[in-house]
Amino acid sequence: MQRIGVFVCHCGTNIAGTVDVKAVAEALRYEPGVVISTEYQYMCSQAGQDMIHEAIRENNLTGIVVCSCSPRMHEATFRKTAQSAGLNPYMVEIANIREQCSWVHKDMEIGTEKAIILGRAAIAKVNLNAPLTPGETPVTKRALVIGGGIAGIQTALDIADAGFPVDIVETKPTIGGKMAQLDKTFPTLDCAACILTPKMVEAAQHENIRILSYSEVQDIKGFVGNFTVQIKKKARYVKEDICTGCGLCTEKCPQKKVPNEFNLEMDNRRAIYIPFAQAVPKVATIDPNYCTMLKTGKCGVCAKVCTAKAIDYTQKDEIMEEKYGAIVAATGFNPISMKPFDEYAYSQSKDVITSLEFERLMNAAGPTGGKLLRPSDGKHPHTIVFVQCVGSRCSAHASKGKEYCSKICCMYTAKHAMLTRDKYPDTDVYVFYIDVRTPGKNFDEFYRRAVEEYGVHYVKGMVGKVSPEGDKLMVQASDLLADKQLHIEADLVVLAAAIEPDMSARPLATMLTASMDTNDFFTEAHPKLRPVESPTAGVFLSGACQGPKDIPETVSQAGAAAAKVIGLLAKDKLKGNPCVAGSDEWMCNGCSSCERVCPYGAITYVTKEFRMPDRTTALRRVAQVNEAVCQGCGACTVACPSGAMDLKGFASSQIMAEVDAICK
Amino acid sequence: MQKVTREILLAKAAELLAAGTVNRVLGWKAGEFTYDVTPALFTTAAELEKDFVYGPFSGANFSKYLVKETRRDEGKVLVFLKPCDTYSFNQLLTEHRFDRERVYAVGIPCDGMADIQRIKDQAGDGVSGVECDGDNLIVHTLYDGDKTLAMADCLAERCVNCKSKKHVAYDELIGETGDVIDSHRFDEVEKLEKMTEDERFAFWQNELSRCIRCNACRDVCPACTCEKCVFGNPNSGVENKAISDSFEEKMFHVIRAFHVAGRCTDCGECSRVCPQNIPLHLLNRKFIRDIDNFYDEYQAGAEVGQRAPLVNYKQEDLEPSEAVERSGNNA
Repeated sequence: MQRIGVFVCHCGTNIAGTVDVKAVAEALRYEPGVVISTEYQYMCSQAGQDMIHEAIRENNLTGIVVCSCSPRMHEATFRKTAQSAGLNPYMVEIANIREQCSWVHKDMEIGTEKAIILGRAAIAKVNLNAPLTPGETPVTKRALVIGGGIAGIQTALDIADAGFPVDIVETKPTIGGKMAQLDKTFPTLDCAACILTPKMVEAAQHENIRILSYSEVQDIKGFVGNFTVQIKKKARYVKEDICTGCGLCTEKCPQKKVPNEFNLEMDNRRAIYIPFAQAVPKVATIDPNYCTMLKTGKCGVCAKVCTAKAIDYTQKDEIMEEKYGAIVAATGFNPISMKPFDEYAYSQSKDVITSLEFERLMNAAGPTGGKLLRPSDGKHPHTIVFVQCVGSRCSAHASKGKEYCSKICCMYTAKHAMLTRDKYPDTDVYVFYIDVRTPGKNFDEFYRRAVEEYGVHYVKGMVGKVSPEGDKLMVQASDLLADKQLHIEADLVVLAAAIEPDMSARPLATMLTASMDTNDFFTEAHPKLRPVESPTAGVFLSGACQGPKDIPETVSQAGAAAAKVIGLLAKDKLKGNPCVAGSDEWMCNGCSSCERVCPYGAITYVTKEFRMPDRTTALRRVAQVNEAVCQGCGACTVACPSGAMDLKGFASSQIMAEVDAICK
Repeated sequence: MQKVTREILLAKAAELLAAGTVNRVLGWKAGEFTYDVTPALFTTAAELEKDFVYGPFSGANFSKYLVKETRRDEGKVLVFLKPCDTYSFNQLLTEHRFDRERVYAVGIPCDGMADIQRIKDQAGDGVSGVECDGDNLIVHTLYDGDKTLAMADCLAERCVNCKSKKHVAYDELIGETGDVIDSHRFDEVEKLEKMTEDERFAFWQNELSRCIRCNACRDVCPACTCEKCVFGNPNSGVENKAISDSFEEKMFHVIRAFHVAGRCTDCGECSRVCPQNIPLHLLNRKFIRDIDNFYDEYQAGAEVGQRAPLVNYKQEDLEPSEAVERSGNNA
């Protein structure tokens, strides 16, 4: 029989406000095994912990139940307290009477009843607990960064600088991400390429960084410290190590009509291409969807002109397997599709563009060489209307758009408006906004400059409709402050499209078993206190894959993620989780169900000789769990048809005892 | 299709024994009556000649016997498998329940087996023997002389709704293998699904209240091959064979259906052996139908080593909430 102590926490009024904690302590005193039951204002305080410490010593307790907040909050705290008093830390159970009780109930009577039931369940479990000792696992001292935008590059650089090898996996032929497509950056207006490309080069030249461009993560197995990742290196039909990036092939390729995705398809590239001048790695890539040689076997011009003999039409996708100790998701964002927003006539007129397209039009390396010209007729626009929040801050019940604020649009729109007025003082620039949100260092000053010094017309209100008429765009909008309807004859309309996580994030989250929110942004381990870690151990978050972010914020988060990775990789061994699975060999059928569902490959089979009940000897195939690899997810215990698999610390008998206690 | 006869099987068994390919044979021998044919192990041609029978009641699925039989001895065991048995055979191989090298499987064609209950329903009391005569059965009765019944009217339910004439595993075939059949086996399940909850409860209460917990269904089931059965636990409260409750309060059949879900090949042995004629196969078929509906069609045992949808997560898998929505009040 256990000797159990029960400690009920008030958590100030957090719990005591809706739960009669004294009544809970009193009711639980008479549960089987309980020798002491008491309450205190703040159990997690030093005084509270001392009280538990004393109680364990004085009463020779063999197990304790703390009725308090979520185990995610303070389980570790109370385990340490128990350990300091000589108790095995796994003899501690937490009954969550805050998040799962007092916070969700308003009625004291109901709250108290539920708290007693939750306490009773925890006591029932402790009665069946056994001391557990964690094992240790080694750490692979190498990190994987998925995504080669500014977030991924910065994280990789910081990890590499600390002396750990890093691989960057990027699906595109070059790293650089969205920032490489930008013209100028707010609030300083320095050119994006000027500050990004040195970092790209630094990453390429860093002895600890390997860039796997034009590659995708296909499969992830393992756990913190010991991930095994399959990476597909897509065939680029150019030998990466031989190509000098001279670009001759990209000039001679006869296939000239390939939409250039780097310029958002506003101009064309060749079938063999280097995305932009400063691409890293600066290597040509053949687009198999357009290459005549690959499609019909007739052409071969690029191979003929290549002096380095780097073209290889027979190249195949390559799968490589690598081991990592930590994984950083840096998959970034994309503007949402403008298709559902046709009130702005995006699909009807070439002169209705997104802000990212505007960015390319203003860029000296863009389709117009940096001149602001209308995509339809190449004429200089005089009246330009910017529409903010297109698809952002939509109602939860709206059939389209996102509920969240995309965060970066206010600032880049101010930037666009300012740059336009600066370069072309003959223009009339309107910005329609719901609110202008410019918190951030020097951000509001920047926006004020656009309004006050550059004479941009900021209008509070939304555009209702854009209709192309002749070569003009008729913009109908409301000015909420003046309370009147506006009709503007515009030459160019720029939509600040909402941003959403990259498509690759969802499948990646599934492979990582990392959680996501409803918008497919990765969830943090704690929104305030652990913002760069995923709840999945060993997985870290960098940049816009966690939520909309501007460049300064992305870079600081990237550095923070790197610090967390370095902290992990600096350890030689990780304390494992002792709550691992084990197989009862007498019950095991050897059916392989557990082996097939185990995400960590922790289960193997051996054929052993058994003395059977009828005194014969039989060879039986039975499962064995590698405790160093098992993460205690419990999938095997559910898959096992004969109930031979059980999880230490969460045994079926313990769970059933809890259920029985709740249903009593 | 070639008719399988006792003589053909005897000759095959004798040949394989003589050649040393196998050293024992799983077959059938007659019981008290010609219709209670039971599985038996033969080791010599003489034993076979004496006791081996084959007829409309040789329906037992031998796959499960291989689990213990292959452990017993060195050498190979000869097993005759009807098309439906081969699915159980593969499923057991998938679960590594026996060593394939220890078995010599001879696939035999099957036109369906008879159900003695259906014969009794038609011929009345006192059935003392049944003989095959072409497409008919001659039924001897104690009180009413001989009666002739069409075999087609005496087929077991699983044979009326036969799902496949195709052998999915064998070392050797007698005759030819057939095709997978587009059967009506889910019609009965659909009827149950269309019932209201109360009607369905009443239906199962009526059926399951007859259970005497003889464990025959569990013991014969090729998916029930646990080394230790959860119902064998004295603390489970369900070990007793007596009727201790009026209606499945310990949920023996429901738990069993869950245990074999995704692994049941719908061989129909559970209903065949039930002395109380409870249509147990309907529970399993409901699972099979749901799996088909939610995760695309899946036939357990169709191939060795296939991954059952219930224990194989795929990204395109249905969300649980969607499954509940789709199945409405049948969830």
